Amino acid sequence: MKKGYFGDFGGCFVPELLMPPLMELEQAMKGILPSAAFQTELNDLLKNYAGRETPITFCPALSRELGFDLWLKREDLLHTGAHKINNTLGQALLARYMGKKILIAETGAGQHGVATAAAAARLGLSCVVYMGAEDVERQSANVRRMRLLGAEVRPIESGSRTLKDAINAALRAWISMQADTHYCFGTAAGPYPFPDLVREFQSVIGREARVQMLERTGRLPDHVVAAVGGGSNAIGMFAPFVQDEGVRLIGVEAGGSGEPGCLNSAAINRGRPGVLHGEYTMLLQTDDGQIMPSGSISAGLDYPGVGPEHAWLNAVGRVKYEVVCDSEALAAFQKLCRAEGILPALESSHALAYVLEHRESFTPGSTVLVNLSGRGDKDMDIIEKALPL
Amino acid sequence: MHVLEEKILAARRTGRMALIPFVTAGYPSRECFWDVIRELDASGADIIEIGVPFSDPVADGPVVEAASLQALQTGVSLHGIMAELLARKGEVQAGLVLMGYMNPFLQYGLERFAQDAAKAGVHGVIIPDLPIDEAEETRLLLRSQGIALIPLVGPNTSEERMALYAEVSEGYAYVVSVMGTTGERGALPAEVPEVLARARRVFRLPVALGFGLRSPEQLKGLSPEERPDAAVFGSSLLRHLAAGGRAAAFMEVWTRPER
Repeated sequence: MKKGYFGDFGGCFVPELLMPPLMELEQAMKGILPSAAFQTELNDLLKNYAGRETPITFCPALSRELGFDLWLKREDLLHTGAHKINNTLGQALLARYMGKKILIAETGAGQHGVATAAAAARLGLSCVVYMGAEDVERQSANVRRMRLLGAEVRPIESGSRTLKDAINAALRAWISMQADTHYCFGTAAGPYPFPDLVREFQSVIGREARVQMLERTGRLPDHVVAAVGGGSNAIGMFAPFVQDEGVRLIGVEAGGSGEPGCLNSAAINRGRPGVLHGEYTMLLQTDDGQIMPSGSISAGLDYPGVGPEHAWLNAVGRVKYEVVCDSEALAAFQKLCRAEGILPALESSHALAYVLEHRESFTPGSTVLVNLSGRGDKDMDIIEKALPL
Repeated sequence: MHVLEEKILAARRTGRMALIPFVTAGYPSRECFWDVIRELDASGADIIEIGVPFSDPVADGPVVEAASLQALQTGVSLHGIMAELLARKGEVQAGLVLMGYMNPFLQYGLERFAQDAAKAGVHGVIIPDLPIDEAEETRLLLRSQGIALIPLVGPNTSEERMALYAEVSEGYAYVVSVMGTTGERGALPAEVPEVLARARRVFRLPVALGFGLRSPEQLKGLSPEERPDAAVFGSSLLRHLAAGGRAAAFMEVWTRPER
């Protein structure tokens, strides 16, 4: 009866009371999602509301400096500022087809919360966003955006008062309000069927990019690079390239300050397998199996786990997962601003930083595609504190 | 017949409902915890559920979560719990059940846990984030050591899914009374009689009712056929202990004969 596994990883480790809504969602994913009516409506929303397709942008200045061709997939140009809207529009529409009236969501930095609030407003659903109390304080601009979009933001005071506690709170809330509520999970993690569902909605990134690279360069890229927190932008980018054996895939985890023993968010590189939030995956945890607090300058990568498909892609060696620290991400952020006039999110800056810091590992003349998953406007407070402006 | 089932049936034979208090390990303090267990045992507990603390208890309400985090802060761990249980083996007459989330058991090593738990006198285990779809390996490892994996079902568990649990489970069936996490409530939710009836139809095991129980008064409205074989109480007991109350005083409310 086990379902939703990627090798050893994944599964559905939730209280029995959550099995019925997850089974209902699985049915909707298999029955409603492939239907022509649903796909037509979703594609219309993605195109005419969110702004797809997003372009790929060649970086002439950085490419000259690096000695290979650097391309960016511009998810930063989407409505609400990041790839998150691909998933929330998909899930909100699915929820409406399922007859649900309310969307609940967790959010860390607030990007998924804002994207859920926008999708809910657009599709006439109510929206409640659970957010760690500490995140509510440090991401106040996004809290205001969510409220303006009509969402109720519930600060969570329990545990470490961050994203993982917000997920706990949302799962609890879903138990009690499942009849008319859909839990719009923000990343390609959590219990089955969420890793599959979120990958399905985010794969539009890689599908577009694959066609665009073929059109613009006449061939597939040699390397595809994306930042990995929970891993939704990365799985959306990687999935359409996984079968292309010549394309090297690189996921970049957040290493925190980089000092020995520092808080980090590199679950694949520094964690061990275990169960959290409904899935068996790589986790930052103690020997006793308690989940450790995570840390990163990028709030969107700040999570002690990772989606199970990434854990599997790592285990089988199809994707290489690397670590970039805060200062390297900040340097890449600055570099992209000045060299190309693009202000990237700190999450995406991690992916770019790996390329800049390891330029010698890319063959001269090769083609490197980086998923620029979001824009950096939301990070201005953090950046002003970290960089002399 | 599994020993946990026997304990509940023994209570039934004397015309009473079995009592299953829940206490988080190391609560209200590491010093007082074993006094609480002994007191519960001496004052009528048929089975005692000991909570294994976890950093992210998604199926628990605020009281149990706070107790869990407090226990972790004072250094309570599954290894420590197992060592203390082994050292005190035989001191407690009640059946012993460990209730905790999957990850700490997994990191301990399921096979080793099953062996150590059996040696330490543990009779059953409840893992709220292990639905039947994921439970087979764990259940078989525990069963090989005589330990029951207790099923948790609730108001939204269909008869079909209950039957999946009923086919393989031992000990007792734990019926969750509310569509929510644990915590106290006033009246029992209206769907409780129907859920209990459903569980009775499907399970041949005794049925325990829990999540949200505060006092015997809540069960008064149930007909004799609907009454559970056992009552589980957690949050209300933890609050009683946190306020400085004695475990025996809490149990007395449940053991008063006029019920």
